Amino acid sequence: MSQPSSIQRRFPWHILFFLAPGLLIYVTFSVYPLLDTLWLGLFQEDATGQRFFAGISNYQTLLLDAAWSEPFWNALWNNTKFFIIHMLVQNPIGLFLAALLSSPRLRLSNTYRTLIFMPTMLSVVIIGFVWQLLLSPIWGISEGFLYSIGLGQYFDAWLGKESSSLITLALISVWQFVGIPMMLIYAAMLSIPDDLIDASVVDGSNAWQTFWNIKLPLILPTIGMVSILTFVANFNAFELVYAVKGALAGPNFSSDIMGTLFYRTFFGFQLQSGSITMGAAVATLMFLIILVGVMLYLFVVQRRMKRFQL
Amino acid sequence: MISLPGLKHNTGKTLMTHAVLLTYTVIALFPILVIIVNAFKSRKAIFKDPLALPTLDSFSLEGFEQVLGRADFGLYFGNSMIVTLVSLFFVLLLGAMAAWALTEYKFRGNLFLAVLIAMGIMIPIRLGTVSILNLMASLDLVNTLTALVLVYIAQGLPLAVFILSEFIRQVPKELKEAARCDNVSEYKIFFTIILPLIRPAMATVAVFTMIPIWNDLWFPLILAPGESTQTITLGVQQFIGQYVTDWNAVLSSLTLAIVPVLVLYVIFSRQLIRGLTSGAVK
Repeated sequence: MSQPSSIQRRFPWHILFFLAPGLLIYVTFSVYPLLDTLWLGLFQEDATGQRFFAGISNYQTLLLDAAWSEPFWNALWNNTKFFIIHMLVQNPIGLFLAALLSSPRLRLSNTYRTLIFMPTMLSVVIIGFVWQLLLSPIWGISEGFLYSIGLGQYFDAWLGKESSSLITLALISVWQFVGIPMMLIYAAMLSIPDDLIDASVVDGSNAWQTFWNIKLPLILPTIGMVSILTFVANFNAFELVYAVKGALAGPNFSSDIMGTLFYRTFFGFQLQSGSITMGAAVATLMFLIILVGVMLYLFVVQRRMKRFQL
Repeated sequence: MISLPGLKHNTGKTLMTHAVLLTYTVIALFPILVIIVNAFKSRKAIFKDPLALPTLDSFSLEGFEQVLGRADFGLYFGNSMIVTLVSLFFVLLLGAMAAWALTEYKFRGNLFLAVLIAMGIMIPIRLGTVSILNLMASLDLVNTLTALVLVYIAQGLPLAVFILSEFIRQVPKELKEAARCDNVSEYKIFFTIILPLIRPAMATVAVFTMIPIWNDLWFPLILAPGESTQTITLGVQQFIGQYVTDWNAVLSSLTLAIVPVLVLYVIFSRQLIRGLTSGAVK
């Protein structure tokens, strides 16, 4: 170590040059704000705007005080339903389409993929407005369509009803994003070696058995990844509800999710004024929810699935 | 057409596959087409027969005239372009530089920094909004495009570093070592050897970075809602909020927001889909 003959190691300026600019921006505008938010959630402001340390009292208010906890649990439960609908509808349809697209010697496969993926490229806000118009009873285009296939009596102002607005919004989101699971699962299916499939066919299994016994187990890691992507995106969603139902997520908060609750808490609405510290507390809870999901995925789902990988 | 004569394969099943895929393609595209088609019709025709194509009789551009007269869509479009392209440039450059530093050099804290950056892939930057707004206010950047660019660089970097690292690792050792033997500086190795080699990966990263930035509503709404800094997504959202009942204007503003993206998509869909299916995202 202290040998005088050893060459003095120069400070590695090049590493600093390559790493520092990106790291500086990332830390300043992503890591620091997140940590600061977690910290801010422990403060409160008095009437003069003076901030003081309040421990976990924001969280007590948020989780136990009826005026706050009711909207919070409502938003969390709605968000959970939003996620469940994606898992039950979006990902199975994506899987189904991917399975069809990967059938051998299928023509036009590229064209189908490109076209089905198209809505995913558009802004959620734009898609929200598109469906608001299409489902509008004033325009009547959906109603007319349902009548033409003999289901007219089932038409309703779905987006306007307490019982159906959240489900309708979730299905709009499913319609838009089905391309993502489709693409990822399709890619995973293409990477399954042909000999495996051939071997199973030679052994006499039909298409369904091949899918169920060979392909599905091999693409489970991808399905796990699609699930966690869906989870994070859903518990972070905001734009669709905001565009279609506004920050109040009506009717009567029936389409309120964590993102809209966060926005309202932070910026205020109607008579309630916005609160930075309460907003930070809501954001912290969203962070914890997402963190739990990601940890579950990394330590339970992904680890367990490793053994399926080739 | 669909099944080749002479080839032994199940025509019925192929037909079914095509029927299902075609049906789903129609489901995916029809809603968007209805909006675009009706934007070119007169108000009366929109309501009378929404599914009809515009005829000589019903063709009208009144919606577009109103939109372009009442809101500065050119400006919004320009803002979105500036924000997206500038953010994209820095995400690619700084992302590649950071990826190179983290994969090529061994130094203390390397693993910690790699994990810190990787966390940004999963944890949405949106959760720090409260502090980001405070920070931007104290830097006097609220209602500037700079604020958006800074946030979007921070948002895009983690995935860029992740994907580019995978590619940089595949660059053959011999290339770098040969250069080092010739006394080529580390900077030159990166900019003249590595950067050109990872260009295909850059295309993938570019698409993944660009789309969320162009489509974002959250940060424009919170950091830059001023009239002169609105992006196209925010501009359309505000415009429609204001003129909900004017169907021509609403349909036209949606069309103005949709068509450029669709044109770009058609041009770049090959790269995008190759990126998505090449296993770059694992």
